[in-house]
Parts: sequence; C-alpha cells; structure tokens
Amino acid sequence: MEITVIVNGDPRHADVEPRLLLAHFLREVVGLTGTHVGCDTTNCGVCTVLLDGVPIKSCTMFAVQADGREITTVEGLTQDGELHPIQVAFKEEHGLQCGFCTPAMMLVGKALLERNPDPPENEVRWAISGNICRCTGYTNIVKAIQRAGHRMSASGEASADVAAGPAREEQPAVTTPTS
Amino acid sequence: MATVETPIGGIGHRVKRKEDDRLIQGRGNYVDDITLTGMLHLALLRSPVAHARIRSIDAEAAAAAEGVVAVVTGKDLEAHGLAWMPTLSGDTQAVLATDKVRFQGQEVAAVIAETAHAAQDALELIEVDYEPLPPVVDPNRALQDGAPVIRDDKENQSDNRCYEWEAGDAEATTRALEKAEVVVELETFYPRCHPAPLETCGCVADVDPATGKATIYMTSQAPHAHRTLFAMVAGLPEQNIQIISPDIGGGFGNKVPIYPGYVVATAASLLIGRPVKWIETRSENLISTGFARDYHMKGELALNSDGKMLGLRVRMVSDNGAFFADAQPSKCKAGLFGIVTGSYDLPAAHVSAIGAYTNKAPGGVAYRCSFRVTEASYLIERLVQTAAYELGIDPAELRLKNFIRPEQFPYKSATGFEYDSGDYERAMRLALEKAGYEGLRREQEELRREGKLLGIGIASFTEVVGAGRGKDYDIAGIKMFDSAELRIHPTGKAILKLGVKSQGQGHETTFAQIVAEELGIPAEDVTVREGDTDNTPYGLGTYASRSTPTAGAATAVIARKVREKGKQIAAHLLEAAPDDLDWETDHFFVKGSPDRAVTIQDVAFAAYTNPPEGLEPGLEGVHYYDPPNMTFPFGTYVVAVEVDPEIGEWKVRSMVAVDDCGVRINPMIVEGQIHGGLAEGYGIAAMQLITFDEEGNCIGSNFMDYLIPTAWETPRFETFETVTPSPHHPIGAKGVGESATVGSPAAYVNAVIDALAHMGVRNVDMPITSAKVWEAMRTAGTPAQ
Repeated sequence: MEITVIVNGDPRHADVEPRLLLAHFLREVVGLTGTHVGCDTTNCGVCTVLLDGVPIKSCTMFAVQADGREITTVEGLTQDGELHPIQVAFKEEHGLQCGFCTPAMMLVGKALLERNPDPPENEVRWAISGNICRCTGYTNIVKAIQRAGHRMSASGEASADVAAGPAREEQPAVTTPTS
Repeated sequence: MATVETPIGGIGHRVKRKEDDRLIQGRGNYVDDITLTGMLHLALLRSPVAHARIRSIDAEAAAAAEGVVAVVTGKDLEAHGLAWMPTLSGDTQAVLATDKVRFQGQEVAAVIAETAHAAQDALELIEVDYEPLPPVVDPNRALQDGAPVIRDDKENQSDNRCYEWEAGDAEATTRALEKAEVVVELETFYPRCHPAPLETCGCVADVDPATGKATIYMTSQAPHAHRTLFAMVAGLPEQNIQIISPDIGGGFGNKVPIYPGYVVATAASLLIGRPVKWIETRSENLISTGFARDYHMKGELALNSDGKMLGLRVRMVSDNGAFFADAQPSKCKAGLFGIVTGSYDLPAAHVSAIGAYTNKAPGGVAYRCSFRVTEASYLIERLVQTAAYELGIDPAELRLKNFIRPEQFPYKSATGFEYDSGDYERAMRLALEKAGYEGLRREQEELRREGKLLGIGIASFTEVVGAGRGKDYDIAGIKMFDSAELRIHPTGKAILKLGVKSQGQGHETTFAQIVAEELGIPAEDVTVREGDTDNTPYGLGTYASRSTPTAGAATAVIARKVREKGKQIAAHLLEAAPDDLDWETDHFFVKGSPDRAVTIQDVAFAAYTNPPEGLEPGLEGVHYYDPPNMTFPFGTYVVAVEVDPEIGEWKVRSMVAVDDCGVRINPMIVEGQIHGGLAEGYGIAAMQLITFDEEGNCIGSNFMDYLIPTAWETPRFETFETVTPSPHHPIGAKGVGESATVGSPAAYVNAVIDALAHMGVRNVDMPITSAKVWEAMRTAGTPAQ
C-alpha cells in the first residue's frame, strides 16, 4: 500500500505491506533507528513515538494507519542543532544508563510537559508508567522530566495553564494517551 | 565529596556522561540498528513442549517458501560438528536439537530468509513429529530415584544430578549446632526470575566468503571470551574472528552466555556467504536465555541465647534446567554461594549444594549479581531476622552483636573467602539513623494496637565481587584478569581501550576519570573504547561487578606506568634528573622550584617530537591486571512497609540505602547504579517470576505475565554512603553495579515478614504478592487486633 507519513516534519512516501508495523517502518523504511523494539506485547514502551503530538506505541500500530499523520521520533527532538530541553535534562540528571528506553521516555516526558510544565512527582511517574526502564529505577528519569519542565517554562516553551497534579498517593486522573 | 565539576574531572567528580550525547539523540548503535548489504534474517523454530523425542523434522515446504534461502536443522549442524556446544559450566548444550527437546522454547530449526517476515512465516511450515516424554519440573523430584533421565545424551549420566559442591568444615559446623543453646532454621525458595534487559539478545554475523574473516556484531557482555569460545566451537581461526559489541541495551548477566542463535547465524553466514541477522523476540528472550536464581535453600543458624552466632549450616538444591549452563567461574559449581556467612563473624560454617537437571531453560546467570551472591545474601539476611524473633532480640541489635569488626580485616571466612575490608557497624548505624529506626519501631507498636501493620526490614549485606584472581577463577580456562591500553597522543589527548564492555554503566566516563586523576588529562580529552575485539586488549568482560575492580585497576596502573615514562621525558625537557622531579595533578616540576614545570601535554608532545636520546619514542602502554583478591562491597538497607491487614497488599513507605563500595569514582553514576539495583530488587521481591506448570509450560514468557515494576510501583529511594577503601585496589574502589540487587530483596521481604511477625509468620517466598501475604495472615491466625 502507498502511504505518506510526515516524520519529523518530512513527508515520507513508501509502498509497504499492510502488516508492517509503524515501529519497523520508522526503523527499516525511513532508517531512523532511535525508535526501539523491546517486547511483543505493548508493555515495555521503548517504541513510543508521538502521533500528532500524542505518545503512542509504534509496535502496536500499522504503518498504514499512520498515513497522512505526523510522527515525531527522538531524531526530531533536536532542532537546528539545538538539543531540546528534555534531552539536556536527561543528561544533566543522569536520567539514562543503557539508553534503550531513553528516546521513548523523553518523548513521553515532552508530551507531558506540554500539558503541564510543572508536574509533581506522582504525575510524572504515572505519565511514564507505560514505559519500562531496567537501569535507573526511574528516580533520575522523574527528576530529568521535572527539570526539563522548569527549563521549558523559563524559556516559554510550554503553556502553564494546566492545573497542578493530584496529591502524592492519589492516582492522577490524567492518563497517558495511547492509541 | 566534590559536587562541582572541575576542569580535569578526576575521581570523586560528578562528570556528566560522555555516552549520553549520542543516546539522547537516537544515535546509539545497538545490534538491531545494524544493517549490512545483502543481509539475510534468521528465525528460530522452538519446541512447544518441555520434553519429547524428535521422531522427524520435515523442512521441505519451508525451504521452498518464497524468500527462504535455507532451513537448518540439528542434523545439518551435526555434519559440521556444531549440533552441540560447550557451556560456561563445562557441560554441553544443544545448538539445534537432534535427539530430544529438553525444555519448552528449545531451538529446533532455523530459517534464513531475505526478510524477517519471510523467515518468521516459514517457521510455520516446518513439521516436527514429537514423541512426548514425561516432563520433570521439580528439582527435588528430578533427583529422586526413577525420575526420567533428561540428559540421556551424556555418557555416565544415569540420573538428573548435574553437580555436587560443598565448602566449609562440616564437622566443626555439626559440633557448633549440637552445642548451641538455640538453632534457628529457615527454609526458603529464591524463585527463578529473568534479567530481561530491554534489548533482547541478537547478532549480525558477517563471514566474508573471500577472506574467511568473520565479523560478528553481538549483544555480548564479554566479547573477547566469546571470540575465543567461537574459535573453539566453530573451529575458525581466532585471528579471523572479530566480535563487535556495540551499544548494549542492558545486560544484567543475560548477555554473558553464548546462545544457539549466535552460533547458527554465524554458521549460516559462513555457509551462505552473506551477512545473517538474528534478533530475539521478547518471548524468546524470556523462555530460552539465561534465567537467574532458582535456589531451594535451607539454613540452620546456631546461637547462644544471648545472640552470639556459633555456626551456620546451609543445604541447597539448585534447579539448573536442561543444560548446566550457569555463567560462573569453572571451579565454582554454585558460583560464590559460599559468601552465605555474610557480614557475620561465624566461627564455623558448612554449605552443601546439589544441582538438578530439569525440563526448563538453561542459564543460571548472575542477574545483576556476582555469581549466586544474591541468593547467599538473601538466605543469611532472612535467617538472621528469623533468629532475632526466636531470641526476642531486635534484628538490628542481633546484627550489631555479630558483625565482623573493622579490626578483624582482612577476615578469613569459614567458607574460605578473605574479606578485604569493611566497617559494617558504621554503615548500619547510618542507615538506622537515616531511616529513623527507633521511631519506626515505636510507631509499629502503636499501629499494631490499632490493628494496622507496619514492617521494618533490614539487610546488612556483604558481597564478593570483581573476579579473579586468576589463580582461583577462570572462565573456560581463561584466567579472570582484565586489561587496559592507554595511548597519549602528541596533542595531549588520550585513548583508553579496555577488555570489559559497558551495558549502561558509564564506562566511557568513569574510566576517563581514572586517567584524569592519574595523569591530569581532562576526562573530556580521554576517549574510552570497548567491545571491539580487534581494537581492544583481551579481557573477560563486564559482569559480577568486575569492571572497576579489574579494568579500573588496570587503567590506574597503566596510567601510572605512562606517568613514570613521562617523568623521564619531563626530566629531559627540564634539564633535571628524574629523581629531582615531583608530580602534581597534571604537571611535573623540579622539587623546590614549582615554576620549573612541564604539563602532561608538554610531555606528550615531546614524546613524539623531542624524546630524550635512548628512550623509546611515544607515550603508551598496556597493562593486564590480575587482582590479588576480590573486593567486598557492603551496606545496610532499611525498608519500611505498610501491609493492608484485609487484603495483604503491601507498599513501601521508605527505603534507605547505605552503600559502601569503597572510593566512588563518579558519585552520580554510582547512585544511578544503586537506584537501578534497588528497583530490580523490588521487582524480584514483589513481582518478577518465571515459573512452570506441571507440563513444563513456561509462565512468565512475556511482559504481560512476567511483571516488571514501572515508575508507578517502584518505591522512592534515599541513598547514603560510607567509604571504606579496598586496601588492595589501586584507587580503593570496590564495584557497585550489583550491590543493590544483592542486598535489597532480603530487606523488602524482611519488612513484609516483620509486619506479620507477631502473628508467627516467618517466611513468605518471593515474589510476595498480596495473595501470599493474605494467605500467610489467614493461616497464621486472624489479623492483628
């Protein structure tokens, strides 16, 4: 099937098998290998990309379903040679070790911060709970996302009109959107 | 401890990681990211049953399918002598099954095709006729007379015993148990779990048909050792094999063994003359590659009624699966399980173990631990708490009464280890203070009166990490040293090449800091290279927390040797005698005349442009470091949990971790390692379980059944440190990557047990689910009133 997917702002045309997953389309057809694959069951989240700005697991979507849609991958975070604040914060807070979950974690963090630039810890934890990390114990990932929020607020990159998250032990009403 | 980065970034500085720049931009290079021209894809057909004889395999339809280049079975490999391969524990393992399948998920055939889809599709066309055999899934039943023999392929194997092992003094221990006023017993099972790194295992094998050169990109924690094993298994000349272990998406021991997929992909590339890629699915990773633990343990601790420990007897049965493929030093059939005496001054101890073959996946890897140290630490820390209840002594006090004291180091343990250094009381007192231990105990009493359950769990673990020394420890005959090669370029920049291989531990940063400390070359000017066997010195790899104890030591030693040579060049430049020079941070100077100085960069330039007459030009060297002993990191973890008396759900209220790993090279990275280990320890204590039904079907074969904690379940951690340098390590470091996985499961479990202890509950096996806690409360009596 012929499809056109806007990947990091560039239209990508391809003739693909209907069964080709979006994750494999990005990795093998477009050649962007920053999106990883870690399980067969939509649990680990390392394949997460943004679909029209919303985090989705690209192993659970066919490439053909993304026809005409906008996809942001980790390779799209750096703009004009400038790292996105979420990338800087992951390095500064030691929010990554092996780096396999990192692209997905950063994209989920970015989407969260665009909704709420100053999320409390439990809201960050809830937002990334569809993504597994085996190295960091999540401690520094949470810190990195919060730090990026502060940076983005300071530079006016995120809107600040979202109410603060719920109290610590309460499960937040906001959920991580998935398709 | 410095908290500000200095220009040099030596030891003790929180230098930001060099490896991050590529990883945060999606420019890491993991094995599955590698695509070569003409590359084929390999998929493995796996056994659906745990135990069966193979009557026949019909691969004709698969071979004829569109896009399929070849189908390989065990019979095909047999013709090349490759149907079986040696394991790291001196056993054999089937590459592709020829006679029987011995566990669910065992490799039976391989399809090599133009695309991954074509290979996967063709698997379904292979017909295997299995004759079912009775599966053996319980190790104790496997060891009984008359049990079906799983390894009938082995000569002289008439039962399912795969090893027997013991350590310590049986007679002295028996005497201690007989004369003790109190003997406390604990029988506990450390269940099978799996390291489950997020990147599964895989390789791209590229054998050049013209030159015979085999380049294998591989998820390997030990590329040099793997090269040698490949040479021995496949009969390829070792100089023609290059293993490249690129970025690794987590290892945790899972990427230490050699798996059939690597061998078949390499053989296929050799026979077909094109590159072949093999990448596991998650299910394949969980059902067939190196599992961890699976130890059934019984401990008996002899004490005086005042709490003084007299002796320890441990009996253990391990479930090793269908092939004895534990990744461990050759002589150590139960790894370093002898460390089970832990942090305690035990005059007598005896440990005995029997291994059982069962119809389960082989592996027995050191999952974020040094060869069975986790199981040992778990048993003793659980046993000590049990003893505290039986004696009516506070668990913290009982530990303090029995710790090996600082002045007893080096301490010879009853099972044969020589502990290098420790100050267990200091670490424990800090942990108790930070956790507010006394307050927690008071609160526990008050809450119990209200019918609420609070538990406080302690683990005061001691690890043994950093194998070798070579005299005692080897892998397949190769002594457990490690290496570093340091080259200083004319412009004063450097490249450091190591025999170990990071999987996220931050070697590119940490080891550059050691060079910075020793030579004054800023860490950012030192490139660290690992994982390419053609371009790094030989080493045994990264696992068992050994990189800093071995390669870190090698780095310090070679940097010092290079500095010694630099001194001669500096003397030449300063027109002074070498003995008249002193060194400070990054320069040599004439004693008493600090202005007469040359920097390491000046020296490096002169090494190539103006070397003194008679001195070999250049400034570089290689050092192979054979450690004089292991290192013994330790710490105390204190966990407080709240248990719901109605439904048994437990939640961690606080987790305080005090770690002493000797000198910390990069405290930021050390803390990150501890966070990760505490989370994995929680996962093991709370949810990570690989189990099997009676037919040998694996339960836990995907991330819907094999549960891994997310950020939501994972507790918050508070980390602290004490520093007791290793006396024999050049920079006093001990290794830390695994401490928290070793120490924390016992702390979490002890906390849950502690909440229920007044009901008489003494054991709940991991993973501690709400259902198990509820059951324990129900059988122990009614919830606390």
